[in-house]
Amino acid sequence: MEYAEEYTATELLACVASHLLENGKTFFVGTGLPMIACMLAQRTHAPDSLIIFEAGGIGPKIPALPISVGDSRTFHKAVSASTMHDVMSAAQSGYIDYGFLGAAQLDPYGNINTTVIGEHRRPKARLPGSGGANDIGSLCWNTIVLMRQDKRRFVEKLDFLTTPGYLNGPGEREKAGLPENTGPYRVITQLGVYGFHEESKRLTLLERYPGVTLQDIKEHSGFEIVIPEHHNVSAPPTIDEQRILHEIDPEGMVLKK
Amino acid sequence: MKIIEEGQGELVGWYDPDEHRRWVAKNKSRELKDKRIDPKKAVGKYIKDGDFIASGGFGHIRVSMALIYEIVRQGIKELTMAGKTAVHDSDILIGAGCVNRVEVAYTFGHELRGLSPASRRAVESGECEVVAEISNAAYQWRFLAGAMGVPFIPSRVLLGTDTFKHSSAKKVEDPYSKRPVCIVPSCNPDVAMIHVHRCDKYGNAQIDGIAVEDIQLARAARRLIITTEEIIDDEIIREKPWRTAIPFYHVDAVVEVPYGSHPCEMPYLYFFDEEHIAEWLRSSKTPEGTEKYFEKYIFGVKDHDEYIELVGGSDNIQKLHEIENYERPMSAPWLRGD
Repeated sequence: MEYAEEYTATELLACVASHLLENGKTFFVGTGLPMIACMLAQRTHAPDSLIIFEAGGIGPKIPALPISVGDSRTFHKAVSASTMHDVMSAAQSGYIDYGFLGAAQLDPYGNINTTVIGEHRRPKARLPGSGGANDIGSLCWNTIVLMRQDKRRFVEKLDFLTTPGYLNGPGEREKAGLPENTGPYRVITQLGVYGFHEESKRLTLLERYPGVTLQDIKEHSGFEIVIPEHHNVSAPPTIDEQRILHEIDPEGMVLKK
Repeated sequence: MKIIEEGQGELVGWYDPDEHRRWVAKNKSRELKDKRIDPKKAVGKYIKDGDFIASGGFGHIRVSMALIYEIVRQGIKELTMAGKTAVHDSDILIGAGCVNRVEVAYTFGHELRGLSPASRRAVESGECEVVAEISNAAYQWRFLAGAMGVPFIPSRVLLGTDTFKHSSAKKVEDPYSKRPVCIVPSCNPDVAMIHVHRCDKYGNAQIDGIAVEDIQLARAARRLIITTEEIIDDEIIREKPWRTAIPFYHVDAVVEVPYGSHPCEMPYLYFFDEEHIAEWLRSSKTPEGTEKYFEKYIFGVKDHDEYIELVGGSDNIQKLHEIENYERPMSAPWLRGD
C-alpha cells in the first residue's frame, strides 16, 4: 500500500472515519464529511453497505455530493424515496448500525450539545437544535462523532445536553430507557480518534495522527482524556484513497472547507 | 400509566382527541369540490394572527415559499411555527416579525451554508421565543399521533437529555416491558402549507421523491393549503391512485404556483437558487439589509410570478432545471468562499 506524502487534515479525517465502517452494514449519514467518509468506504472496503438519510432517502447512487440530507441527490436512483417516519422507525427497530453526528460541545461521556451556548432562555449563541441528532444518538447501534477539538468544545459540563452519549456513565442509558447496547462508538477530531473506556465510559484515546503529540491532545481538551499506555498512530491516507476522495468531491465542497 | 418525568416545554397544538374529532366533523368538508384559489385569498382566509403553523418539505426542499412570502406581505403576526427542520421558511418569517414563537427540532441554520443571521438575532434578543425543544423524529411522530387521532405515541428518543426537559414529552413506565419510554403528544397545527408536484382541483396530490413527514402533517393539520407546480385532470390521478400522497378531504385550498418553492429546491424540477439564498444570508446580516430584501422581493412585487421575473425569470429557472438534472454543474457563493 502506497501512502500519500502530502495530505490535508480533512482528507485524513475522511479516511480514518471510513476505516471504521464495516462492509454489509447500514450507515445513517449527514452531509459534509460523514457523507464523503461513507462514499469512500463504499468505494473501497465496504461495497455492500447501505446509506440511509433521515429525510427518507434509502440506498441512492449518489451522482454528486448532496448539500442537504433531504435534497434530491440523497434519493437519486435510490432503492426507496421514503419518509422520515419510515427511516426513523427502522433506526428504532435496530436496523441502523452506524450514525454520524457533529457537535458544538462534547463532554467526557460523549454527550453532545448542538442547541445553545449559554442559558437556554437568553442564549449567548443559539444553535439549530437537535434536528435528527438526538434520534440518531438514541437509536443507532453505534454513533460516530466528527468534530473539531479544543478547550471550548471538549468541556467537562455541557451548556445543554441535546443528544445522549453515555449520560452520567455506565448503565445510565439503559436506566433512562434508551435501547440497550447503543451509544457513542468513536469520536474523530483533527488530532486523533477516541473511544470510550469499557468500565468508566469516559473518552479514551485510541489513535493520534502522525505528528500529533500527547501534549497536543491534552492541551486541546477542557477535561481529562483517558490516555492508555498503548495507543496507535493513524496511518496516513493512501494514494488510492486520496484519488477517490477527489473523485467524490471534485469541487472541494467539503475537502476544501 | 406511571409518569416518571415530565418535560417542561410548552405543549403546542395538542387537542383532546374527542375535541379534535368534533372539530373535524364540523369543519372539514367531505365534498369533492373545486378548491382552487389564489395565494392572497388562501392566506387571507386560512391564516390568522396567533395561529400555529407548519410548513412542509424539509429544510430548503419542496417548500411553499409563495405562501411564506404572502404571509409577510399580509403582515400576519404572532404566529407560532413548527421548527421541524424549518430553515429558509422560518428564517424569512422570523426575520419579518411574523413568527415570534417556535417549537424547535432544527431551526436557525441553513445546513452547510451556515447559521441564519436574521432568526438568530431575533432569538438571541428575545424577540422570538423558543417555547419547546424536540427532535426531528419526535416531531413527525407528534404529527403521526395527530393524524391517527390518538393523544400520544410512545418512542425511545429524547430520553435522558435536556432536549427532553425542554420538550412537551413525558417519560412514563411502559405497561408492557415495565421500562421507561418517552411519550410524545399528538400535534394538530392550525394550518399546514405543503408544496407538491401536481394535484387536481379537488386537492388529490402527488409528490415526487421523498415525502419526508408530509404524509403525517397533511393528515394532522386542521387546515391544509396545498400549493402545486401544476393542476392536472382528476382522471390522471385516478389512473394511478397509489400515487396519491394526500387525498382531497384533508385539503382546504388548492393554489397553483409554478416555481412556488423558489429559492428552495423542487426535486426533479429545479435546484436550490444558491445565488439568491446567498443574497438573503448576506442581506439579513443587519436589520436594515433585511428590510431592504423584503422591500425588493416581497413588498416590491404583487405576486409570485412577478417575483420569479425579478429573480431572473425563465432563463434562471432553466438554469436551475439543468443543475437539478445534472446537465450543468452546481456552483454556490459559499462554495467559492464569497
